[in-house]
Amino acid sequence: MENIIKGKAFVLGNNIDTDQIIPAEHLVYSLTDPEEKKKYGHYALSAVPLPQSGLPGGNIPFVKGDNCESEFQIIIGGSNFGCGSSREHAPFALQVAGAKVIIAESYARIFYRNSVDGGFVVPYESFGKMNDKIKTGDNLEINLKENTLSNLSDGKTYELKPLGDVLPIVEAGGIFEYARKNSMIA
Amino acid sequence: MGMTITEKILANASGRDRVSPGENIWLNVDVLMTHDVCGPPTIQIWKNEFGKEAKVWDKNKLVIFPDHYIFTADKYANRNVEILRQFAADYDLPNYYDVGTPRYKGVCHIALAEEGYNLPGKVLFGTDSHTCTSGAFGMFSTGVGNTDAAFILGTGKIWEKVPESMKFTFNGKLPEYLTAKDLILQILGDITTDGATYRAMEFDGEAVFDLEMYERMTLTNMAIECGGMNGIIEADAKTEAFVKERTNAPYEIYRSDEDAKYQSKYVYDVTKLEPVVAKPHSPDNRGTVRSVEGTKLTKCYIGSCTGGKITDFRFAAKLLLGKEVKVPTFIVPGSTAVAKQMEEETINGISLKEIFKNAGCEIGESSCAACLGGPSDTFGRSVDKDVVISTTNRNFPGRMGSKKSEVYLASPLTVASSALTGVITDPRDVL
Ligand code: SF4
Repeated sequence: MENIIKGKAFVLGNNIDTDQIIPAEHLVYSLTDPEEKKKYGHYALSAVPLPQSGLPGGNIPFVKGDNCESEFQIIIGGSNFGCGSSREHAPFALQVAGAKVIIAESYARIFYRNSVDGGFVVPYESFGKMNDKIKTGDNLEINLKENTLSNLSDGKTYELKPLGDVLPIVEAGGIFEYARKNSMIA
Repeated sequence: MGMTITEKILANASGRDRVSPGENIWLNVDVLMTHDVCGPPTIQIWKNEFGKEAKVWDKNKLVIFPDHYIFTADKYANRNVEILRQFAADYDLPNYYDVGTPRYKGVCHIALAEEGYNLPGKVLFGTDSHTCTSGAFGMFSTGVGNTDAAFILGTGKIWEKVPESMKFTFNGKLPEYLTAKDLILQILGDITTDGATYRAMEFDGEAVFDLEMYERMTLTNMAIECGGMNGIIEADAKTEAFVKERTNAPYEIYRSDEDAKYQSKYVYDVTKLEPVVAKPHSPDNRGTVRSVEGTKLTKCYIGSCTGGKITDFRFAAKLLLGKEVKVPTFIVPGSTAVAKQMEEETINGISLKEIFKNAGCEIGESSCAACLGGPSDTFGRSVDKDVVISTTNRNFPGRMGSKKSEVYLASPLTVASSALTGVITDPRDVL
C-alpha cells in the first residue's frame, strides 16, 4: 500500500446508498471480464441525483460522457455512506472508476466491510463533517501513515480517524491476503 | 454483567464463554446463503482465491436461491442463473433451488424460513443485506459482500465485530389497523437510517410476541434500513412450532439476561401508534398516513421479502374482498409456498388469489420483481414519474426502476386501502 495518495476530490452528501453508487440494473455484468467490467466504472455513482452530484455546486457527473474512469480519485461523503444493499459491486465500481480513498463521517457496515475485505478502496472516517470543507475538484493529498488529509487547494490539513482493527486487512490488500499472511489459509 | 441474546449466540459461535461489544471475533458459520446477483461473483472470487483445489467447506450448509432477476429476457441476468446452475451441478450441491423446476422457491429470505434453514441460536450469513430477516427466529443473521462470502465458502469462518445492542419494546395489543410494517417504520422515523449502524436491534414486548412468524420477519427484515447489523427476536413456542413443522435439525434457544447491557432502549405503547408511511426518498422519512392522505397514486405494489408474505396478502385481501382497485395494483407473492397458500386460503369461500383477481390486481410470479427495479421488462417496475405506494423496504431514488418516480413505503393495509381509492388512504377509513 502506498503511503501518500493524491487526487481530485468528488464531494457528496449524506446517505449515499448503494443503489446510487451502482444502480441495480447494472449488477449483471461480469466482474472479471476486462471489457465488461469497465461498465461498472462507467455507471459508478450514476444514480446520484444531479443537483447533489459534485458538491457544493452539483451537476457534475462522477464519470463524464462515455468514459469508464473518473477524473476524481478521492470521494468525500457525509454520514451513512454506502447504506442499502449488500452489493460488493458498489466499492468495486468506485475502484474501477479509479477511486482510491473515501472519506466520510460514517459508513454503513456492509459497504465498509466490503471496501476493506475486498481491498477496493480505503474507507476513512473523518472527525465531523468534511463535505462542507472540501469542494469538488480540490486537489487533495492523503497520508495513510499519519492519517491526515491535506487540501492542497487551500493549504488546510485535517486529521482522520485511524483505521484501527481493520488496518492489517487494509495493509494486506484484503481479507484473503490477510488470511494468507497469517497462515489461516494456504 | 449479563449478555444479550446476540452476544450469547456470537460467543457460542466463536467458541468463547463471553464476548463484549467492539471485540473482533472469528465465527463459525452455520449457514451461508447466496442468490443470482451475488452468487456468481462470490463463486468467481472463491475460485480465484482457492484455485483449482477450491472446496466448498460444507455442502449442506450452503443454500442457493435464484430469486432476483428471474423472469427476464436480459441476457446477462440469465447468464447469472446459468452460472449458479453449473456450479450446483459441478459440486453436487443439495440445497440449490433452481428456477423452472418444482424446487424453485422465490425470495431467499422467505424461502430460508420456509425450508427450515432458520434455526434458533445459529449463525447465518448471506450475500444480501436483508439476511437480517432470519433473526426473527432467535438466530444471528446478517448480510455480507461477495469477498466475505467467498471466504466463508472456502473456510466456514468469518470475522465480525460484536455489536452493541439496542432494545425496542412494543407493549399492548396491536390494533387491527396496524401491522409489523407500521412498527418498524415508526422506529425508522425515530432513529433514522443510520440509527443502528453496527448494532443489534432486539425486538421485545407483548405486541411483538403476539405476531405470527411472518410478521416478526417484517421487523427484523428492516433492521438493515436502520443500518443495523442484525435484528433479533427471542424464540418462543410459535418459533419452535414453525421450525419443527419444517425440519428435525437441532437448535438452541438463547435469551437475553435481565442485566444485559443495551446501548439504548425504546419503549412503545402500540395502542397509541398510527398507520405510517415512509415518504420519498428514504425509509426513515416517516409521516402518518393522515399527513399524506389524498396523494394521487399511479401504482400500488404488494410484494418482496418484507411485504410479500402470506400475512401481508391476508391483510390486503381482507380489504379488497368484493371491491375493485382504482389504480394498477401489482401482487407479487414472495415465495412459491406463499403463492400456493394464496390459492388455498379463503375468505368467505373465495381464495386470496381470486379476491385479488376479481379486484383487478395483476399477479406476478414469486421473485424479487420490482422491489429492486431490475431489467426493464421486470413485472411492476416503476416508469417515468410514477407515484407508487409499496409494501417493500426501500424507496431510495430509482430503487423500483425509474429515477423520477416517487415511492411511499407502507403496510399492506395502507397499500390495499390506497389501491381502492387511487390516493393514499388511511386503513381506518376502509376497515
Ligand atoms: S425482495 Fe427486495 S429487498 Fe428482498 S431480497 Fe429481493 S430485492 Fe432484496
